[in-house]
Amino acid sequence: MSAPVFQARALTKIYRMGEAEVHALRGVDLEIRAGEFIVLLGPSGSGKSTLLNILGGLDTPSAGDVRFLEHQLTGADEAELTRYRREHVGFVFQFYNLIPSLTARENVQLVTDIAVSPMPAHEALEWVGLGERLDHFPSQLSGGEQQRVAIARAIAKRPQVLLCDEPTGALDYETGKLVLEVIAKINLELGTTAMVITHNAAISGMADRVLRLGNGRIVGEERPARKLSPAEISW
Amino acid sequence: MRALDRKLLRDLWSMKTQVASIALVIACGIGGYIGSLSTHASLLYSRQIYYDTARFGHVFASAKRAPASLAAALRGIPGVAEVETRVVHDAQLSLPGVVPPMIARLIGIDPARLPGMNRLTLKSGRWPAPGVRSEVVVNQRFLEARGLKLGQEMRVLLNGKQERLRLVGTALSPEYIYATRGGGMPDDEWFAVLWIDAEALAAAFNMEGAFDSVVLRLQHGASTERAIAALDRLLEPYGGIGAVGREDQVSNKIVTQEIDQQQIFGIVLPTIFLVVAAFILNVVLHRQVNAQRGEIAALKALGYPDRDIAAHFLKFAAVIVLLGAGIGTWLGHWLGNALTGLYTEVFHFPEFHFLLEPRLVLTGAGAALAAAAGGALAATRGILRLRAAEALRPPAPAAFRPLMIERLGYAGLLTSAQRMIMRNLERKPVRAAITVAGIAGSVAIVIGGTFWADSIDWFMDVEFNRAHRAQVSVAFPEAVARTALWDLERLPGVQQAEVSRAIPVRLRAGHRSYRTGITGLADGAQLQKILDADLHAARLVPGAVLLTARLAERLGVRPGDFVQAELLEGKRIKAPVRVGGTVDEMVGMNAWMRLEDLNRLARESEVVSSAGLLVDRASEPALLERLKQMPAAAVVIVQRTLLETFRNTSARNVLFFTTVLSVFAATIAVGVVYNNARIQLAERAWELASLRVLGFTRAEVSVLLLGELGLEIALAIPLGFLAGYGLAAFFIALLPHDVIAFPLVIYPATYLLAGAVVAAAGVASALIVRNRIDNLDMVGVLKTRE
Repeated sequence: MSAPVFQARALTKIYRMGEAEVHALRGVDLEIRAGEFIVLLGPSGSGKSTLLNILGGLDTPSAGDVRFLEHQLTGADEAELTRYRREHVGFVFQFYNLIPSLTARENVQLVTDIAVSPMPAHEALEWVGLGERLDHFPSQLSGGEQQRVAIARAIAKRPQVLLCDEPTGALDYETGKLVLEVIAKINLELGTTAMVITHNAAISGMADRVLRLGNGRIVGEERPARKLSPAEISW
Repeated sequence: MRALDRKLLRDLWSMKTQVASIALVIACGIGGYIGSLSTHASLLYSRQIYYDTARFGHVFASAKRAPASLAAALRGIPGVAEVETRVVHDAQLSLPGVVPPMIARLIGIDPARLPGMNRLTLKSGRWPAPGVRSEVVVNQRFLEARGLKLGQEMRVLLNGKQERLRLVGTALSPEYIYATRGGGMPDDEWFAVLWIDAEALAAAFNMEGAFDSVVLRLQHGASTERAIAALDRLLEPYGGIGAVGREDQVSNKIVTQEIDQQQIFGIVLPTIFLVVAAFILNVVLHRQVNAQRGEIAALKALGYPDRDIAAHFLKFAAVIVLLGAGIGTWLGHWLGNALTGLYTEVFHFPEFHFLLEPRLVLTGAGAALAAAAGGALAATRGILRLRAAEALRPPAPAAFRPLMIERLGYAGLLTSAQRMIMRNLERKPVRAAITVAGIAGSVAIVIGGTFWADSIDWFMDVEFNRAHRAQVSVAFPEAVARTALWDLERLPGVQQAEVSRAIPVRLRAGHRSYRTGITGLADGAQLQKILDADLHAARLVPGAVLLTARLAERLGVRPGDFVQAELLEGKRIKAPVRVGGTVDEMVGMNAWMRLEDLNRLARESEVVSSAGLLVDRASEPALLERLKQMPAAAVVIVQRTLLETFRNTSARNVLFFTTVLSVFAATIAVGVVYNNARIQLAERAWELASLRVLGFTRAEVSVLLLGELGLEIALAIPLGFLAGYGLAAFFIALLPHDVIAFPLVIYPATYLLAGAVVAAAGVASALIVRNRIDNLDMVGVLKTRE
């Protein structure tokens, strides 16, 4: 078995929303190994985004401990977290978050300009099947294409982990599947650890492991007997 | 309160810093407007009150010696209401410890029957006792400038005899609001006006039963020109040297020029402020309207008419304007009070009147409201045209295209960050242009407000160091033989001496006339040159007169034309003289000839009336002591002393303007830069937060946002330099320049200061916004669509 990429212990996150305290995470223990494809399932407010944000270095836990390889993420300052995201993490968002003033290639270059040993931008775009649309601006691309640019941007830095928050949430069925195929391919061929948040239970068939969250805790863990390819799933 | 108004208040509150910065720009505009124009009105009013209560004369004339009996004839001039004759004499004045000689203008008064015209205001002490020849009242300005006390004695050379005179009182006179020996420079330290018992003065100068100065008051509606002509005719046999009307009376002329400046400042500068404020409001409201697209659609869906929605945004602008108008009125009141106070001190008006006319507040606020409404209407027009359902949908994604430079094939030259910055600029060229114009405007205001120091400095350098190089000037009360030069050359420390001749003259061309003096210069004169602002030396054409360009304009003559010269001295020759040329001199309205030609015109042999000396500095005190002993050399002016007085007086006013205008300009710069940064931040928060998530540092993200502003500032500053030059030229062109025509000179340091002030304001605004970049919501951005 491969070494753990993430090790989290007793993660707690409490938000203050005005007068009320919101317990987003209530003691999560977690270990994720290199190359795993993890799907996080759970209803709204179950804490899955909070968990992903903490693992991605966007947020810090109120209590508990989280490690990425040899890096201690708990207690890291803003500059250290920025460096961590820059060097190790690829993000894919529900709404793609592309820079409208930059073309597909340039959106990827945005990351390759600052990464340590990135792949060339056009190679990343070829990976996601957009080798022909390098010089298009986001406003000239469809939603699925935009999301694939976002994925190319995420993987161009050759990250250890790819964190996807509802990557198909804004897409139709066909395009959604296309995007999932790209994520699966990256996980398989590049060995990038992938974590995908979704409301869509059908996607869990693709996972090595499915974590169910509820009320800030991990309430279930499944390992599908056979990992399906995106082509085999439907919803 | 209606819900929509509640929303208005909350919107305003949530944008309080932006609201405040725009209100402050408006406040500067209104403040400058009210401040300058209320100062203008207050000074005019104070002067009017003073002239009326002091019964300031309408026509002024001097002669050599006219019999007292002539007064009756003067009273008979049509239109004359009152006549006052008196003896006025300039004499050398010394104070213990002061080496350079001073000039005292002695004016005879009858302590028992004080003058009914140009009435004096006794500020301290008392009038001279009747018949006591050793007591004098001095003008308040001289007393203050010299730090004198009542009871102190000074020595005055009265007709060749040193007399001790004791100060018994101080007074103000409407005739000497601005006390000067001539020229446009305040001369408080070196020029004293002394009022002395008339009989004593007459006795000292053999003027019993005679007068040499006359003041007239005219009946309402009477013609000044006709009175002057009649007065000149009557005084001519007695050595009259030409009467002048009130508008040419030296003190009044300078005071008028100073007061009129206020009006120009008060209109030009605030206009720029209000235009900039309207632009900022427009941009801010555009952003507001776009950000509230969904809300506006909801309001429309709920059945609010367009009118109500437009009114909502107009109210937003109106609240900001009213806030600005409130602060501006306060600021204007403060500024007007301070300026009026400053000038009251300079002019020594006996009473301080500050008027703040409600008209100014109303027109100022009205102009600001109109400007803001224009900005607001332009911003809301687009959204109101949308149908509700359309407005409910999110706006289409912003469309970008490759930059011009990339289309030309130079894409490789730019980094991603530079591309983003440039494409954003290219996509919103109008907003970028407004921003650049606003910042350039503030640079221009700093230059327009501070270049005066350069102008004055250049003026002094040209006038004192290049045109008039003599350190000591000597004026003889009567024309003397040219051989006097030899005597002067032999005096201690004199390295070079040059003589000249000045004759008072009235120049006529058609129905126009002007009283001035013709100065005759020796050929090859080194110590006195006729220079324009660009240092070009004018050449004297043999047999012809050279006129200051302004004088030629006033007389309506051009080179080649003839003017009728009426010499007001000696044989009082009247003869036509050809105009040989004009010169753009910076001071006065002068006429020049070759010394030889002037003497020939006057039908006199080789005589001179003044001399300039180049002196070895170490021997200057000894030389001045010797000159004071020479009764023939009545007036001695030391160049250096003039320079100091001028520098001190101008420095204080310039510093005040420079400071106020720099603060105002910085306010505009902050208003423009800060609001732009905030709008950009609001528009691009989502994009910038995404970049932060991708691992961009705060500094890198800041560069993207502030880089655009930096680029705009970098573009705006050189444009501002150009605009500043234009503004300065505009001011110079608008200012009255009868007395001094300040040159359009702007030193590099002024440009540097303007650039620095604005850049500093930009950096300060950037830092405030930078703080917000540091707190971008990275988590939120993942979950929301732009």
